[in-house]
Amino acid sequence: MSKQKANALREEILRISNVDPLKCMRCGKCSATCPAYDEMNYHPHEFVYMVERGAVEELLDDTSIYRCLSCFACIDRCPRQVEPAKLIEAVRNTCLRKQGANHFKADMLPGKLDPELPQQAVVSAFRKYAK
Amino acid sequence: MHRIGVFVCHCGTNIASTVDVKAVAEAAAKEPGVVFSADYQYMCSEAGQNLIKDTIKEKNLTGVVVCSCSPRMHENTFRKAVSAAGLNPYLLEVANIREQCSWIHKDIKDGTEKAIVLTRAAIAKVVLNAPLVAGTSPVTKRALVIGGGIAGIQTALDIADAGFEVDIVEKRPTIGGKMAQLDKTFPTLDCAACILTPKMVEAAQHEKIRILSYSEVCGVKGFVGSFKVKIKRKARFVKEDVCTGCGLCTEKCPMKRVPNEFNLGMDERRAIYIPFAQAVPKVAVIDPDHCNMLKNGKCGVCAKVCSVGAIDYKAQDSFVEEDYGAIVVATGFEPINIDAYDEFAYSQSKDVVTSLEYERLMNAAGPTGGKLLRPSDGKHPHTIVFVQCVGSRESDGSPKCGKSYCSKICCMYTAKHAMLTREKYPDTEVYVFYIDVRTPGKGFDEFYRRAAEQYGVHYVKGMVGKVVPENGVLKVRAFDLIAGEQLQINADMVVLATAIEPDKTARPLATLLTASMDTNDFFTEAHPKLRPVESPTAGIFLSGACQGPKDIPETVAQAGAAAAKVVGLLAKDSIVCNPCVAHSDEKLCNGCSRCERVCPYGAITYVDKEFKMPDRSIKIRRVSQVNEAVCQGCGACTVVCPSGAMDLKGFSTEQLRAEVDAICK
Ligand SMILES: Cc1cc2nc3c(=O)[nH]c(=O)nc-3n(C[C@H](O)[C@H](O)[C@H](O)COP(=O)(O)OP(=O)(O)OC[C@H]3O[C@@H](n4cnc5c(N)ncnc54)[C@H](O)[C@@H]3O)c2cc1C
Ligand code: SF4
Ligand code: SF4
Repeated sequence: MSKQKANALREEILRISNVDPLKCMRCGKCSATCPAYDEMNYHPHEFVYMVERGAVEELLDDTSIYRCLSCFACIDRCPRQVEPAKLIEAVRNTCLRKQGANHFKADMLPGKLDPELPQQAVVSAFRKYAK
Repeated sequence: MHRIGVFVCHCGTNIASTVDVKAVAEAAAKEPGVVFSADYQYMCSEAGQNLIKDTIKEKNLTGVVVCSCSPRMHENTFRKAVSAAGLNPYLLEVANIREQCSWIHKDIKDGTEKAIVLTRAAIAKVVLNAPLVAGTSPVTKRALVIGGGIAGIQTALDIADAGFEVDIVEKRPTIGGKMAQLDKTFPTLDCAACILTPKMVEAAQHEKIRILSYSEVCGVKGFVGSFKVKIKRKARFVKEDVCTGCGLCTEKCPMKRVPNEFNLGMDERRAIYIPFAQAVPKVAVIDPDHCNMLKNGKCGVCAKVCSVGAIDYKAQDSFVEEDYGAIVVATGFEPINIDAYDEFAYSQSKDVVTSLEYERLMNAAGPTGGKLLRPSDGKHPHTIVFVQCVGSRESDGSPKCGKSYCSKICCMYTAKHAMLTREKYPDTEVYVFYIDVRTPGKGFDEFYRRAAEQYGVHYVKGMVGKVVPENGVLKVRAFDLIAGEQLQINADMVVLATAIEPDKTARPLATLLTASMDTNDFFTEAHPKLRPVESPTAGIFLSGACQGPKDIPETVAQAGAAAAKVVGLLAKDSIVCNPCVAHSDEKLCNGCSRCERVCPYGAITYVDKEFKMPDRSIKIRRVSQVNEAVCQGCGACTVVCPSGAMDLKGFSTEQLRAEVDAICK
């Protein structure tokens, strides 16, 4: 990803979440408290730090964004009111909204194919999500 | 004929870079009455002041305007210069073209325009200035210290040693403050009681010091040099001058289940008690909320056992009024309430304690006799987790009422606790969770490193996120930022380094004293760098943690500094008053009393006076009179006076109108 693109995504994430990562004092309390910790590759405090540095690509491509339970423990306990869970949600939203991306490729089809599915659904999925 | 001189200062580039000083001087020269106008690099320098003096003589000036920094900075300097040249010092006006112009404007055009307007206003005012002569008022050579912690005790001792009388007003039954509750003290680990109690005794025995314990300040009148203070002496129900402190009553009282505040509620005391063995004064006190005799008229055991007849169930609160020349505030601090931090399970488990509670658990005179035992089951703990920054360093508007400041003392006392624990109980594993370790004091970082290197305390960078009490263990979930991993520790005790805040009584006290506070309720100093122990209110001084978080070395240093300032004031026989005081025009006064009610200094009285009426009859009218020695020139009366009789010398309505007119021209 070009630096420019990464920056644009970062701005988008900050805009959606209304989170200011500069408020983080790097205490790690969010990751100390997170019940989904073991399921994540990147943890709440890393989201904050990585978005601040513009390392959004790694976050977008990682499954961690789907592991957050939205329990808001990190939001409740962060001493600086950074609200890491909102940031994680914004990264997830940005990923889902990625425009013009090829979300469905032909070679993904065999793995997903269910003989019960109507033909129509397969065709429609291609028309909606593939380029 | 007015002959005004205008002097425009460059302040190096402070003013000159965003205000065209030459243009200001030229504009001023065109104003009516101005006979001299010039700019100069540094008006406050000796050469700048000489320029003023010489011009006053050469041009025979009748008024001077200096366009420079805020009058708070240099009004006095320029008044002295004007006065040295034979002009009345109050025929000077300062136009603030630095703080109000150059420092806030980026555009030189805007800055210059505003500077010219402010200069015009100052010229319009100085034309109406009248020469004023400052009176003097006498200084009462006694001081009041409010709060008897180490700060108050040290300040009182230093003032008393200089030969002046001091009263200490302490709201609790004994002096000593928080330091009396501590075990050992960093950085040298001497026992707190061993170094504090000699000072408490010295204060009690000093011929110049009087301790008014169990008392509160409830009214303050007057001003620097002559304060009148009303002090409430709460009923002790024990005669202070009769009680010998033998303590028999405290053993016989049947009301045994009163939470002992000295041990932070971790054990119990009787309804009649002496806070601790070395209390000063060592006099018992009855807690009226728990005494059966005072509540229901039944019991009377203490009166029966007291061999000297010191008990007095009929005692009442009493009030005394005293005169002082100076007042020192030394009301200290309290740990914050941490009930909102339920992630640390403080209210769920007795084994989660605050650091001050831990101090008592380590203290030989504490609830466990100095043995480290878990409050829940009295067993020896093997794993202890310390959490730093609980409630400190939070964002503004923290929903849990956390504090945005660093409480400053916690890193050091946590290192102390960890070290002492490892020293006494080497079989105990000790973890300290920190965000940053802050140890900028003499010998402080060495102290912290000793805890880690010699005592094997596990310092982990990261916070504790949750503590769950489960089957007698505390499951601590934390994060290790350096290893990048979440940790689970099964602990026997958790110690919370709780943020500190000013005493809750500080805010109402500040109102009584008209002393200013910051948004956290710490008293503000007159200047953060150059006047750190004085309040902006003249005659009020600050000592100890009431001004900001402080450890004992800093507290004692500040206490001595406050004492030096007090002594400097009390050494004077009289002080020069501010001549810009209110005065009333008797012809206009209708005797309504509004000014008297609004005056915070009690400077206004009413007299009946005879007036000759137009028909030559005599009428007696009630009119207000200002005591000029008492008036501080706040101007509140001039605002409430409905008939325009009250005016402030040096800031008369006429002068202010002239300024406004000049600005709007
Ligand atoms: C857990 C813990 C451990 C500590 N360990 C150390 C250490 O090892 N070394 C060290 O240097 N420092 C230590 N400190 C810091 C130390 O306690 C303070 O520096 C010191 O107590 C400040 O003294 P002070 O007199 O300003 O305040 P305080 O000790 O709080 O005294 C204030 C006094 O004023 C009284 N008062 C309050 N309001 C009023 C009122 N309105 N009218 C009359 N009286 C009033 C109070 O009752 C109290 O007696 C520790 C603090 C804590 C919390
Ligand atoms: S809890 Fe808040 S301040 Fe601490 S690391 Fe997480 S986001 Fe940053
Ligand atoms: S909201 Fe998500 S990231 Fe935050 S603590 Fe809960 S699971 Fe972890």
